[in-house]
Amino acid sequence: MLVVDDLHASIGGTEVLHGLTLEVPDGEVHAVMGPNGSGKSTLAYVLAGRDPYQVTAGRVLYDGADLLAMTPEERAAAGVFLGFQHPVEIPGVPTMYFLRTALNAQRRSRGEEELGPVEFLALVDAKRRLVDMDRTLLDRAVNDGFSGGERKRNEILQMLMLEPRLAVLDETDSGLDIDALRVIAAGVSSLRAPNRSAVLITHHQRLLEHLIPDRVHVLAGGRIVRSGGADLAAELEAHGYAGLDDPGVEAFPVSTATAR
Amino acid sequence: MNAVTRPATARRPPSGTDSGLAAQILDRASEPGWPPEPGWLRAARRRAAAWVEDHGFPTTKHEDWRYTKIDAALAVPMGTPPEGAADGGASVSVGDLVGPHLSGARIVVVNGRVVPELSSTGDRLPPGARVEALAGALQRLDGRLEPSWLWRAGDYPHALRAMNDAAAVDGVLIDLPPGTVVEDPIEVVFVAMPAGQPSWSHPRVIVVAGAGAGATLGETYLSGPGGPAVTNALTQVHLGAGAQLAHHVLQGERTDSFHFSSLEARLAEGSRLSSRLLATGGRIGRHEVDVVLAGKGADVDLDGLFLTGTGQHHDNPVLVDHAAPGCTSRQLYKGVISGDGHGVFNGHLVVRPGADGTDAAQVNKNLLLSERAEVDTRPRLEINADDVACTHGAAVGQLDPDALFYLRSRGVSEREARAVLVSGFAHEILERFGSGPIRRRAEELATAAGLIVLDEDGRSSGAVTAATTRARRGGRPQ
Ligand SMILES: Nc1ncnc2c1ncn2[C@@H]1O[C@H](COP(=O)(O)OP(=O)(O)OP(=O)(O)O)[C@@H](O)[C@H]1O
Ligand SMILES: [Mg+2]
Repeated sequence: MLVVDDLHASIGGTEVLHGLTLEVPDGEVHAVMGPNGSGKSTLAYVLAGRDPYQVTAGRVLYDGADLLAMTPEERAAAGVFLGFQHPVEIPGVPTMYFLRTALNAQRRSRGEEELGPVEFLALVDAKRRLVDMDRTLLDRAVNDGFSGGERKRNEILQMLMLEPRLAVLDETDSGLDIDALRVIAAGVSSLRAPNRSAVLITHHQRLLEHLIPDRVHVLAGGRIVRSGGADLAAELEAHGYAGLDDPGVEAFPVSTATAR
Repeated sequence: MNAVTRPATARRPPSGTDSGLAAQILDRASEPGWPPEPGWLRAARRRAAAWVEDHGFPTTKHEDWRYTKIDAALAVPMGTPPEGAADGGASVSVGDLVGPHLSGARIVVVNGRVVPELSSTGDRLPPGARVEALAGALQRLDGRLEPSWLWRAGDYPHALRAMNDAAAVDGVLIDLPPGTVVEDPIEVVFVAMPAGQPSWSHPRVIVVAGAGAGATLGETYLSGPGGPAVTNALTQVHLGAGAQLAHHVLQGERTDSFHFSSLEARLAEGSRLSSRLLATGGRIGRHEVDVVLAGKGADVDLDGLFLTGTGQHHDNPVLVDHAAPGCTSRQLYKGVISGDGHGVFNGHLVVRPGADGTDAAQVNKNLLLSERAEVDTRPRLEINADDVACTHGAAVGQLDPDALFYLRSRGVSEREARAVLVSGFAHEILERFGSGPIRRRAEELATAAGLIVLDEDGRSSGAVTAATTRARRGGRPQ
């Protein structure tokens, strides 16, 4: 599904990703954890194609194709979805209109027919129930005056509407109450399929208790410094990231790591 | 200081020999087809023409015309425009331009004169209410319209305003006796049809609403092919105590036309005016608003949206004069400037001594879509009373790159994403055009200018509105 190979990326003239390598096979859910400022969002934005981020070396393959050569909208149509750490407000544009425009733009570029108003309304209604989102929120402008939790639900609603093949969720679980966390876990789980994958960027083990990942990676200092199974998350929760951005990854004594 | 200061027009040296304009206008009064006029009107024309000759046309040295150069419009002859619906030779007919008659009264004014064949005052007007051609009303009512005509006599803000006094021959009178409420919107469509004879026209609308009367008025300005046309229109609104007028202006003239219009309104106690402007057309479009809140507790609500593209110049001078206590005014003007377009907002808020308890807000926001696009925004407050709440603000910005990326990351092409964002910016104003046929016309005009109509349901609102209109027309007694 996704192969990130020795990726170097910079923003504002500063290199943030220093040779990041990561592979997410079909059907797997991977978690990426790591300290603040380590480059997690940078990775997410580079995957989605955000402008001011510059890739200076390395490559990213999506289903074997060169992802970095595609425009953001081409990536979306090909099935890449980014759940934003900070979802953007779009004053004046009703959420309903936004959803329909996005869905139909993707369908058009895949050569599928646009969804008519009736089918669309039925679809939105079914999906918003899954994320427990009030109908009136959808008549309001995109994220305009939404609470933090409502914005994150809106991200998940969009994901459910667009049914991506690769979902990259950047801290979608941050700032959520317990119920919302379950909603998000359920949303991601409902998309689990042999041909779909997800990358969950998170600071908290909580989400991963509801949504057991196939692999957990630690991103520190612009690189994946450690990878492991689902239990790595619990270990990180207990011991923190201390010493992890050390280049000597192998030397990190996993079993003897001591509590503070 | 008691009086509102109106800057004087740049003076041209008075020339004893140049009596051309007045003579030219009054000569026309003896042309065949020109209606016989009451004496006061001829006198008023003569004085207004003399004022123009005395003061000259505004130049960019005039404070209120600093950004708007009208030489190209002045190069168009001011002689008699082609008569009525003279569309012979033009590739587009007036009928095509004005489109189907939607509902209620509709008056079509071509080159400054009402075309009866295209107009209908509707049979649903309440008893006593009149919507009629101004030329006829001037004779029928004789002196009753004199005060309106003389409203600014001798105290003109500029020569174009005086020119309307001097040369307006026709237009519309909307006369609402106390307590009459007209439910259906009254539409006036102004068409400048140069048809190879570029010229000026000076249509005029007078609305007199008695106490407690109410109506909705839509003005649409269009122009046809065949050379630059200049429209110099004036709408005068007199609202009695507690009267209400919803006023909508759509300016969609061709981009070789020149459009100058003024809305002059005087609001008595407890009356309410809401006026919306959508301007997409004209090489120059100047949409002047001059509102006097003359009675206690009057309320005015002004919205404007100007979509200014390459080769276009839109100027929006708005003067709100709080002359009585306890009045409220709100202005929200938004500009979307693209290409090498130039937008101007010149908002002037005056609170006179004694107008205590004034509550006024004035906001202008602009979106610049290209590096060459330009906007000048000058909100001004002049407060001479106590206990007032006045806020004003102006903003100039570009499309939010984060929002643009957000849309693109969801699969929307860059081009469409830009259009969606611009439409989102404009949506706030467009949705204030009510919900009837005028809203539909506004949306058509906006769509023709490249906007997308954003519907809350995510549906194409064109289809929905059409269905509604059909249903309403079907249910109407013929
Ligand atoms: N526009 C910019 N100019 C310069 N540096 C930037 C810019 N944007 C981000 N950075 C820097 O890049 C680094 C990585 O930021 P990034 O947002 O990827 O971190 P993160 O791992 O997502 O952190 P967090 O856990 O706090 O969300 C940070 O040091 C940040 O300050
Ligand atoms: Mg981040």
